[in-house]
Amino acid sequence: MAAVSVENIIMSYGKKKQKINALSDISFSVAAGELFGIIGPDGAGKTSLFRILTTLLLADSGQASVNGFDVVKDMKQIRKRIGYMPGRFSLYQDLTVEENLHFFATIFQTSFSENYNLIKDIYVQIEPFKNRRAGQLSGGMKQKLALCCALIHRPEVLFLDEPTTGVDAVSRKEFWDMLQGLKKQGISILVSTPYMDEANICDRVALLQKGKILSIDSPAGVIAHFKNPLVAVKAKQMLALLEKIKTLDFVQDAYPFGEFHHVVLQNEKAVPSLEQELEAADLGHITMHKVQANIEDCFIQLMKN
Amino acid sequence: MRTLLFLLQKEFKQIFRDPSILRIIFIIPIIQLLILPWAADYEIKNIQLTVVDQDHSAYSRQLISKITSTGYFRLANYTNAYPQALKDVENGDADLILQIPVAFERQLVKENEATLFLAMNAIDGVKANLGSAYLRSIIQDFNREVRMEWIQLPRLNPETQIDITTSNWFNPLMNYKYFMVPGILVLLLTMVGVNLTSINIVKEKEIGTIEQINVTPIKKIHFILGKLIPFWLLGMLVLTIGLGIARLAYGIVPAGSVLTIYAFAALFLLAVLGLGLLVSTYAHTQQQAMLVTFFIMMIFILLSGLYTSIDSMPTWAKWITRLNPVTYFIEVMRMVVLKGSGLIDIKKHLLIMLGFAVVLNSWAIMNYRKRS
Repeated sequence: MAAVSVENIIMSYGKKKQKINALSDISFSVAAGELFGIIGPDGAGKTSLFRILTTLLLADSGQASVNGFDVVKDMKQIRKRIGYMPGRFSLYQDLTVEENLHFFATIFQTSFSENYNLIKDIYVQIEPFKNRRAGQLSGGMKQKLALCCALIHRPEVLFLDEPTTGVDAVSRKEFWDMLQGLKKQGISILVSTPYMDEANICDRVALLQKGKILSIDSPAGVIAHFKNPLVAVKAKQMLALLEKIKTLDFVQDAYPFGEFHHVVLQNEKAVPSLEQELEAADLGHITMHKVQANIEDCFIQLMKN
Repeated sequence: MRTLLFLLQKEFKQIFRDPSILRIIFIIPIIQLLILPWAADYEIKNIQLTVVDQDHSAYSRQLISKITSTGYFRLANYTNAYPQALKDVENGDADLILQIPVAFERQLVKENEATLFLAMNAIDGVKANLGSAYLRSIIQDFNREVRMEWIQLPRLNPETQIDITTSNWFNPLMNYKYFMVPGILVLLLTMVGVNLTSINIVKEKEIGTIEQINVTPIKKIHFILGKLIPFWLLGMLVLTIGLGIARLAYGIVPAGSVLTIYAFAALFLLAVLGLGLLVSTYAHTQQQAMLVTFFIMMIFILLSGLYTSIDSMPTWAKWITRLNPVTYFIEVMRMVVLKGSGLIDIKKHLLIMLGFAVVLNSWAIMNYRKRS
């Protein structure tokens, strides 16, 4: 049985004239025990999708189920079985770390000690601050506490809406390691993020843009889909270089990527042509080498098509 | 049941950790109860009187000194030209003009009859009305004195005279504080109840904690009760403090049983807390909730019969007062405090309040949606 299954979900906001389609005909499914990532820019419809799946929002049409329970009819069953961590920190800021955990444990009719082993690895990191009010924790600590609270009743499916937004790089890394640990415990996880580099860690990723799913595949599968040759170039005058590249007709796309520009070419024959063109233009110290496309290149290509 | 207990525990922790809530609940009502009754006074004092004396006789002087010695009037100006007096009124320096015409004394002595002219500034209607009534009775009194002085009364008074003796039941000295203080206490209780609850749920919406609560299997009724009970207890505490102040600061000892007041207050608080909850289930921000409760409070105060008598309102306004829970509590408070009414006497009020509580709270529970 799929942990999450979504069929033809449509969701729109606003009145007739200024209707905004947040989700237009979305379908996908997440297998049990899978770490499924939903990658998409801000406003792609990630939060709407999460709110529908966590029974907080009614979709205009379409069906969705979590662990076999319908999100409309069996919402009470779903609420017992899922953990949800909203994008915005939404625990009680005036209660301490410990009080928040105990509170959420009790409203799920369980206790902190009963499921301690599940959250132990995460909790030990915030334990030194257990008597501190949640509002006074750092961003990374807040995320860890929120994850603990979402896990305290041992949910079967975990929904994490942009858990790493606004968190530093080290904490982000730690957070994803924790998710791997939870996956091993058999919890299905649906996670959304605007950061494309995080997609590599998921089992499968769906690329969501403007309410539509552009692709669903494993990270390796997404990369395998990228057929064009990709070249990284660097010169002294980076801006002039990018402008020059964009004028060439055998170039499909070019965009800044770290300290290089990534250039997507139409075919293999274009590689020497690019080399010639750039050497002819005097931009100083041109370095150029072929690179393997990574997941970001794939998503940029998908979004632009 | 256990869930509710933990909800209550959480709610109380939050209340006691927020110093501003405690200040709003306790200190502000206490200060208001100590200050407001002294200002909310029905008696009109310090009426500014301009006298236009065109007679300058012994009688006119006697009349003026009689008026000013009562303490209700203050001689703002003494002049002999009416236009000047009118200017005082225009400038807001005078509330009343008493014109004593030329030959006032002579006419009174010769013809047994004289006229006086009274003009009032009706911008402040209450002051103008009461002021002229006071002045009229003073002048009547003066009239009688003059007559006594001039006419040697025979043994038996030839004129029939009606002498009126009054007796104020339930409040012998007509001490207005006896009915204002309990009324103000009711208003404070209402404000604490409606405002705090209306802001509370909205606050959870604003901070986002309601999202986290809504995905839990928590029951709606538990959530609402978890909000209701703490503020109900705080309301009862405010009532206790208020009754204490009424006793210590104003010497008001309820003629009836305090328990009757508590019994009614218990129901009343349920009703106004339900109203607060209802507002907060509709509002999206604390600002919205504040503004709505502000307007509701305005209606509650002005149409409660605290400051103006309900009997003198137009019929449609009377109907609104019937839909105002505050009206009933003020009535009950005055009945119990002044008249000593018991539970049987306020049976009707109790039933109506129960109705308010049931309707408002079930509406709030129905309107609170865990999903949008």
